[in-house]
Amino acid sequence: MKTVYLDNSATTKPCSEAVNIINNCLTSNWGNPSSTYLPGIEAMEAVENARKTVSKFIGAKEDEIYFTASGTEANNLALFGAANAGRKKGNKIISTTIEHPSILETLKELGTRGFEIVYLSPDKNGVVSEEAFRNAIDKNTILVSTMLVNNEIGSIQNIENISRIIKENNSPALLHCDAVQGFGKIPFKVSKLNVDLLSASGHKIHASKGIGFLYKSSKVHIAPIIFGGGQEKGLRSGTECVPLIAGLSAAVNALPDLNEQLKRWKELNLYAKDRFNETGYIKINSPEDALPCIINISIDGYKSEPMLNALAARNIFVSKGSACAKGHRSYVLSEIGLNNDRIDSALRISFSRETTKEDIDILCDAINEITKKMRRFK
Amino acid sequence: MKEIILIKNGELVLKGLNRSTFESMLIKTIRRRLRDLGKVSIKNAQSTIYIEPMDEDFDFEEACQRVQKIFGIAAFSRCAALNKDIEEILSVVADYVKPALSGVKTFKVESKRSDKTFPLTSPEISREVGGKILSAMPHLKVDVHNPDIIVSVEIRDYAAYIHAGQLQGAGGLPVGTGGKATVLISGGIDSPVAAYRMAKRGLMLNAVHFASPPYTGPLAEKKVKTLLSKVAAYSGDIRLGIVPFTEIQEAIAENCKEEYFTLIMRRMMMRISERLAISSGSKALITGESLGQVASQTLPALAVTDIVTKEIPVLRPLIGMDKEEIISISRKIDAFETSILPYEDCCTVFTPRHPRTRPTIEDCAQAESTFDFEPLIEKAINDTVYCRITKDGEAN
Repeated sequence: MKTVYLDNSATTKPCSEAVNIINNCLTSNWGNPSSTYLPGIEAMEAVENARKTVSKFIGAKEDEIYFTASGTEANNLALFGAANAGRKKGNKIISTTIEHPSILETLKELGTRGFEIVYLSPDKNGVVSEEAFRNAIDKNTILVSTMLVNNEIGSIQNIENISRIIKENNSPALLHCDAVQGFGKIPFKVSKLNVDLLSASGHKIHASKGIGFLYKSSKVHIAPIIFGGGQEKGLRSGTECVPLIAGLSAAVNALPDLNEQLKRWKELNLYAKDRFNETGYIKINSPEDALPCIINISIDGYKSEPMLNALAARNIFVSKGSACAKGHRSYVLSEIGLNNDRIDSALRISFSRETTKEDIDILCDAINEITKKMRRFK
Repeated sequence: MKEIILIKNGELVLKGLNRSTFESMLIKTIRRRLRDLGKVSIKNAQSTIYIEPMDEDFDFEEACQRVQKIFGIAAFSRCAALNKDIEEILSVVADYVKPALSGVKTFKVESKRSDKTFPLTSPEISREVGGKILSAMPHLKVDVHNPDIIVSVEIRDYAAYIHAGQLQGAGGLPVGTGGKATVLISGGIDSPVAAYRMAKRGLMLNAVHFASPPYTGPLAEKKVKTLLSKVAAYSGDIRLGIVPFTEIQEAIAENCKEEYFTLIMRRMMMRISERLAISSGSKALITGESLGQVASQTLPALAVTDIVTKEIPVLRPLIGMDKEEIISISRKIDAFETSILPYEDCCTVFTPRHPRTRPTIEDCAQAESTFDFEPLIEKAINDTVYCRITKDGEAN
């Protein structure tokens, strides 16, 4: 039975380039980058080469990349770091209701520490309007944090406009972008987005779990949340995870041309939507202009979990909502105005560069067969 | 200083002619539950069970926690075991009882001297020990009639023992003294509590779980195994049979009136469980049903499911309990957090729109007579997969 992995927003299969260099770092180049003898220097060079690769890829300067152990850690560092550093300028933080839990939970914690947190709601397309940002951002606002691509429905937020609004409103706010689902998928440059902080993760782009990074503009200052030996210029202490950092770099180098990839995904996306629409009982929850590698659907009358299990039994892997929110009703789908029946029957299908039309066919045929056997609820 | 556990016979919840059988079963259980902690001596003498570590690195704290989960013990004491020497006793006693006495106001010392060669009499021992404690903890007062805590000094054949206060045991009857029963376990809050309650009455446990592959997944099965491992900390190892139930559910869905779906499904479960139970030597079934909790647990619904079991009784220890009472036991046995993990089980995968709440036995029998379920029941029984669950999870 062919394995059809369509849960690439949860994680991706590590590419051979990443695996090889990680293996090499663990077996040969395993020095401590802080050591002053040759093996240490070689390890340091591996880290600095990776920094070069990543910074170039997102249009940043080399010294603006800080490696972390995850996208979640990068998000925590960005929010706590900016909040603590900006305390004197104000205490308002603005974000949206459809952020990833690593943002929402961090904001909740900041709320208990005296910051005023304002959550903006999206429209039915999963996008927060410019007007909402314009009304909320003021002189007391020290941080605006919003995701580039929503992890459950793939909606894309226009980041450039938000940075423009911050300037127009004469706000001192820093702009943070959680780009975990967009990095390596949407071509962007930080200078064009005009963000101060941006988080990304390795394992969504065929690198390993356990590696992420924070871009921090050299023009802004944030406070560290982890203290120790002063690595990463004091912003993130802890011996650099050389193997996974090098793996991330290899995975970035192995990325195809992103515009080409988007074109391929768009084709697949349209093909999949055609096939879903043919059934008559599958509804599309993702907005039209979402990132084409994420399609959220509801299989009308069939609960997510039994469907997901039945697909998994055929080696077809998708997720219900997001992999991070096991068992809880999706707040993202509820925020874009879907009813409970629709939410309870939702599945997220997410492509990688290896996904083919054949995979979509196998998925659709399987759904058709399962719905014939499985009892509808309601 | 060496510590031991003392379980006095007066503290065993056992009476009558079966007492010696009960005692030996209890000692076997204690031995089995402590075996992997190191060498331990378990003696039964002078109406007392002595649990004495024989290894330096024996984990005494863990042993106490495990003894606390052995049914048949209402209370026990952890004591310092000392040489029968009043000077040694006096040098240790204040420090040893300090943690137990720090939160109370009054105490008294009770001494027993079964070894009459000991030079001091019991009242003399009490006086000396009491004086020592008072000088170490001046905030205390002696109250011989109604003390907050009793400090006991016992001069016995092997050694002198001191302890302050008793620890509550799990109560109940030693596991196995009541025979064996099979619990139907779903993954919810109720069935592990029901299993725990019946193990407490001396039953050894088997378990049966109905799975609906492919609609229920590996996580739902793992959840059931985790729940049983929580129960196994009290009941001892549990043999679990997982019955593949999908075909039967599909047959019910296709062939029977929808409003009877849940009831017929439960009747099939009871039939299969009874056969599995009897073939494994179980003398009863156990369910977590609680009257009126859901549509399938009304009196008429219970009558409809009860009637299909012919040879062994169905025990429903939670039948008169409120959800809150059940939850509090579930928390106590550390099952609650697992029980509320949100995985679909076989019952929720196929849920009818309007379940029948006032069914009659005749209607139900009529509704299921439209199809010959026997071959599917036999197939499900033959395809049942077994594993053994210990307190640490699934055994290899």
